[in-house]
This record gives sequence, C-alpha cells and structure tokens, in this order.
Amino acid sequence: MTAQINAVQQSVDKSGIFCAMIRRDMTAAFRHPSDLVNPLIFFVVVVTLFPLAVSPDSTFLRDIAPGVLWVSALLATLLSLDMLFQSDFQDGTLEQMLLSPQPLYSAILAKVATHWLLSGLPLTLLSPLLAMMLFLPADGMQALMLTLLLGTPVLSFIGAIGSALTVGLRKTGLLLSLLVLPLYIPVLIFASGAVQAAAAGLPIVGHLALLGAILALTVVLAPLAIVTALRISLSG
Amino acid sequence: MSETLLQGIGLCCERDHRVLFESLDIDVSAGDVLQIEGANGSGKTTLLRVLTGLSDASEGEVRWRGESIRRVREDYHREMQYLGHAAGIKQALTAQENLRWHAAIKGLACDNEIDETLAKVGLRGYEDVPCYTLSAGQQRRVNLARLYLLPAKLWILDEPFTAIDKSGVQAIEMLLSHQAQQGGAVILTTHQELHNVPGLRKLELK
Repeated sequence: MTAQINAVQQSVDKSGIFCAMIRRDMTAAFRHPSDLVNPLIFFVVVVTLFPLAVSPDSTFLRDIAPGVLWVSALLATLLSLDMLFQSDFQDGTLEQMLLSPQPLYSAILAKVATHWLLSGLPLTLLSPLLAMMLFLPADGMQALMLTLLLGTPVLSFIGAIGSALTVGLRKTGLLLSLLVLPLYIPVLIFASGAVQAAAAGLPIVGHLALLGAILALTVVLAPLAIVTALRISLSG
Repeated sequence: MSETLLQGIGLCCERDHRVLFESLDIDVSAGDVLQIEGANGSGKTTLLRVLTGLSDASEGEVRWRGESIRRVREDYHREMQYLGHAAGIKQALTAQENLRWHAAIKGLACDNEIDETLAKVGLRGYEDVPCYTLSAGQQRRVNLARLYLLPAKLWILDEPFTAIDKSGVQAIEMLLSHQAQQGGAVILTTHQELHNVPGLRKLELK
C-alpha cells in the first residue's frame, strides 16, 4: 500500500444507485443459484402434492386449482423473503447503502425489483404448467398469469416491509410470517377470486383493476415504509 | 483556525439501561485525527455509529459544518466515508465488483481507477476472484481500498487495523497522515498505538 491518493478524475455516475443495486444483486444471486431455485421447487412440490393427497378427480381439481396455485405462490414468496435484506445486513453492505448520499427510494425500489425478478416472475412463468396439471380451463390460465403478474410484486413489496422490520433480529421466521401474512390476504382474495371467475367464464376486469390499484399504491408507498423500517432496525 | 467539520454536542447514549457515555462533546476540524480509546464494551462503536447518523443518541446532537446531520444528511454522507465493523463487501462478488458498487452508491464512476487502487492495497492479481476466496486480511484490504478510491472529507473508521499485517499498518498510518495534511479529518477507534501521525488527538471513553 502506498499512501498517495491519486487525484483521479471522477464524475457523477449517470446510471445511479438503481442500476448499481440491480447489477450487484443479480450478479450475487446468480453465483449462488441454489437459493433462487428453492422457492420454485417449493411451489412445484406443494402443487403436485395436492392431487396425490386429496383427489385426482379432474372436476374437483379444477375447482380448487385457483386457490391452491395462489396459496402456494404466496407461501413460496414468503419463503424467499429472507434473501432480501438478511445477507446485506450481515456483511455490512446494508449500512453502507443507508449511508449513501443517493436517494434511498431508488435503492429500495431496485432491491424489491430484483427480488421480484428472481422470485415472482419465475413463479408466474411456471404457473401455466402447474395449472394444466390441475385441469384449470384455458380462460382461467390467462387470468392466473395476469393476477400473478400484478399480485406477486405486491407480495414482494409488502414482504420487504416485514423483512426490513425484522432484519436486526436473530430469529425472524415466525415473526416475519405473522407480520406479513395478514397484509397478503387482500391480494390472495382478489387474485384467486379473479381466477375462479375467469374459469367460470365471468368478466374479471373489476378484480384486475383492484389488484392494479393495490400494486400502484404499494409501489409508491412501500419503499417509504421500507426505508424507515431499515433505519429503525439498524439504529439498534 | 481550521474549519470545524463535525461536532457532537452533549451526546449521551444508553444501551440496556446502562449509560455508555453522557454529556460528551466532540469537535473535529480539518486536519484532525481523533483516536477514540476505551475498554471493550465502553461504547466506541456505538459512538461512531451515532456520529455517522446510523444510530440516534439518546440525547444531544451531531452537527456537520454547523448544521444538524438530520437536516444535511445527503451532503454529510457525500463527504463522509464510514468503514464499519463488518467487512462491507459481498462475498460472492469480486473485489472489482465490490468497489464498483461502493463507488456507484456514493454517486461516483471510477471504473478505470479500480485496478490501480487494488494494486495499491497489495491485491494485484486478485481483482477478479470472488471475495470469499480471499483471506480475512485481504478482505479487509478490499474494504480499505475505498479510502484510496473515493475521496471524502471525513473518515470514520471502526478498528481499521483488524487483521492487517505490519506493512499494512504502516501504510494506513501514512494514509491517515496524508488525509489530515490534505485538510481532511479522521475519527477512528483502535487499540493500536499510532506512530508518526501528526495532529493526533485522543479521546478516552470510560
């Protein structure tokens, strides 16, 4: 080490904190792919076990398919919340993020977006296959994809609030579920309701509009709550 | 008379009904190197975290250039560099990627200087290996590379000498002197005796 500091020419990074966070989290995640596959395997396993445990009858499976698929997707998301802030907290990069002069809102948006790209989006893409296994009609299939596309980001945002609140604690498992699950229930009700309605041939525009409204609200407000929660968690 | 950068006024901190320090005044001006001493558990790290703005003091206020750091948070964090207890690097990423991220969140782009900086901290040839393959001292050096790479008026360093070898310690001491001579300031905790650091002041926590 030499003690000279180069008077290097430095400029303000145009891409900003948003891109930097996404690039870093994506790179780190793909170096440990096993963590990524976990929620997906959980999703597939739960859905496949239902016909075995309850009944392989196609009319019965068609009736329960929307509920089973959505509950499994919700639990799979819950399982993946750990990867949001926990490792950043342990290696000290979370406090560095809080000490950034850049807008934290963008940083948080980037973190949640990465989480969704790595959990919610793969779940959505995988769902038609599992829906077929449960004899969901074609109309319902489209509704299922749409509701998952609108609903899973909400799950990521709300989950991030809970994850941020519990990040400083040693054992978070049960507390996190207790905090987050009640807030997941509206999404679950509207989303599985929409899939059921679509499977019965009814219009679902109303359901989708409601889900869209919930999503818009969480995108705007949740990052504020997450920033505050992180500050509280780290000040201890 | 050099300008006052950071001021702590009447700081008091309590953890688990135990008072760590109370009515503590701190004054750090350009050119100062302030070493905070004290036994284990005397609240050194807590004090540093209060000064960075990560934690809140139970009483008192921290000011940056005369203004409360709550009000000038962004300006303060642009000019301050904090090296905490934890490594501050992602194990799965390479030294290069880690530094690039640190630069980006400080709002700086310096891709070209990263390799050069890593060579300065003795990590030539380790630029693109994941950090989990590096030793504890080498990981620490990746973190210290931030001090070379990202200029800041104030450095707050929590035990910067941990896991660093003798030549590394010397280099850090030179780095501290250089920072002070350039009109910057340093606040650090260490149990090490610092040699050849002009402008060194000490603060003992009891």
